[in-house]
Amino acid sequence: MSAEKNPSTTANGGTNPAVDGSELIKFDNVTKRYGSNVVLDNLCFDVSSGKHVTLIGPSGSGKTTILRLLMTLVKPDEGTIKVAGEYLSHEERNGKLVPAGEKHQREVRKNIGMVFQQFNLFPNMKVLRNITEAPVHVLGLGKDEAEQRARELLEMVGLTDHIDKYPSQLSGGQQQRVAIARALAMRPQVLLLDEVTSALDPELVAGVLDVLRDIAHSTDITMLCVTHEMNFARDISDDVLMFDAGRVIESGAPEKIFTDPEHERTREFLSAVL
Amino acid sequence: MTDLTAGLWELLFKGVWVTVQLTVFSAALGAFVAFVVGVARTHRLWIVRFLSGLYMEIFRGTSALVLMFWMFFVLPMAFGWQLVPMWAAVLALGLSYGAYGSEIVRGALAAVAPAQQEAGIALSFSPWQRLTKILLPQAWPEMIPPANNLLIELLKGTALVSVLGVGDITFGAALVRNALGESAPVYTIILVMYFVLAFLLTRVMRAVERKAKAGIGQAPEKGNGLRKLSVRQATAISRSSSGGAA
Repeated sequence: MSAEKNPSTTANGGTNPAVDGSELIKFDNVTKRYGSNVVLDNLCFDVSSGKHVTLIGPSGSGKTTILRLLMTLVKPDEGTIKVAGEYLSHEERNGKLVPAGEKHQREVRKNIGMVFQQFNLFPNMKVLRNITEAPVHVLGLGKDEAEQRARELLEMVGLTDHIDKYPSQLSGGQQQRVAIARALAMRPQVLLLDEVTSALDPELVAGVLDVLRDIAHSTDITMLCVTHEMNFARDISDDVLMFDAGRVIESGAPEKIFTDPEHERTREFLSAVL
Repeated sequence: MTDLTAGLWELLFKGVWVTVQLTVFSAALGAFVAFVVGVARTHRLWIVRFLSGLYMEIFRGTSALVLMFWMFFVLPMAFGWQLVPMWAAVLALGLSYGAYGSEIVRGALAAVAPAQQEAGIALSFSPWQRLTKILLPQAWPEMIPPANNLLIELLKGTALVSVLGVGDITFGAALVRNALGESAPVYTIILVMYFVLAFLLTRVMRAVERKAKAGIGQAPEKGNGLRKLSVRQATAISRSSSGGAA
């Protein structure tokens, strides 16, 4: 969170000086309703570049909606969202803010990658092509370069042996690790993780979380993570946001939130899930 | 049947060749129409959806036979050019069976999990790329069983062209009947001919389906495919076969 930013810190090398340490994601009074149900209620928050932020809270509190807004899968009813200084669901035309066209959205969301609860690999493509397809056809990478990149990522997630298989031939945990590699192949600045272990058999969860821990600790990618794995959240998060009824009711460092929450609602929630 | 001379047999086999040609050309036009209209019906602009829906309703709701007459007799009066009977037939059959086919395409596209579309958006694919790389390849195997059904309907629907004097199987049979003065032998023969053609068509489509399923990592089904139809395939079939144009 911006409040914890330390402007004098240059230790992380400033690989991306334009956005390093600045607000990479900014929600400004965002409201989202489904019918009469208010899912997000005038939400304001921002995430600095390189931070790992975990969103926790009861189901229906709006966590997943935030990720879906960032991925432009849904549009905000009110308010604006900025990613890397660019409006996401809006664009400026003649000095006025209008709903963004398809092209503008596509450009801005190239900065963002997402891993889904249900993996959502493309069943008509083998593992390698699942990973290379977007870098080749969206980013315009050469085929060899994209494959090289895919092989490196598959090695990182420990699936080099499965490069030539269809998703249907993989276990859930393997599919999810391919999905992580696929998202990273686009070299996004932001990685959105939407309950990525919820659909997995218990014994497969650890493998996926290990991969994500590795990414969190070895890269400077910004992560926004919705999870019910509280130990994982504590491990990787710089900040934890506690949601309830479409609002952030409490936020802070994981040690603080998990051991000494201020809000009664947070205490209730944590005692139920921990 | 012993009365059939070699010349009369030749008449029937020429008819088979014309029927095959009619089926292939109409199916090609029909498939083209089906994809264009079926995809257009999922378009994000309402006007595109509306126009393609209108096309589908009009051509599904008009008789292929009447349409054929219309192409052959009314078009020349209206526009001053005359279609060869063969092409009037192909046009009428292709346009109307394409309308049925568009429902198969639309249904199969709608049956692809919405999450696939979302994954495509998340990777910044353009709408066209999502359609051609993600949606259509996954919808394609689902289209084949109902398309096979429709193809057989089309094969039998080509019998309509005999009224325009195109020399297909049915037309040949009428000539043979006149020559023999007997209906039973020749109509039994062409009954079998249509069946054999339909059966061959089904075999080809089964092979296409196996290949398509392998292309999305699904093991090919063993044995009689009808037993293992998924629910959406079964509904797609009943939807497409509930109103044969012929």
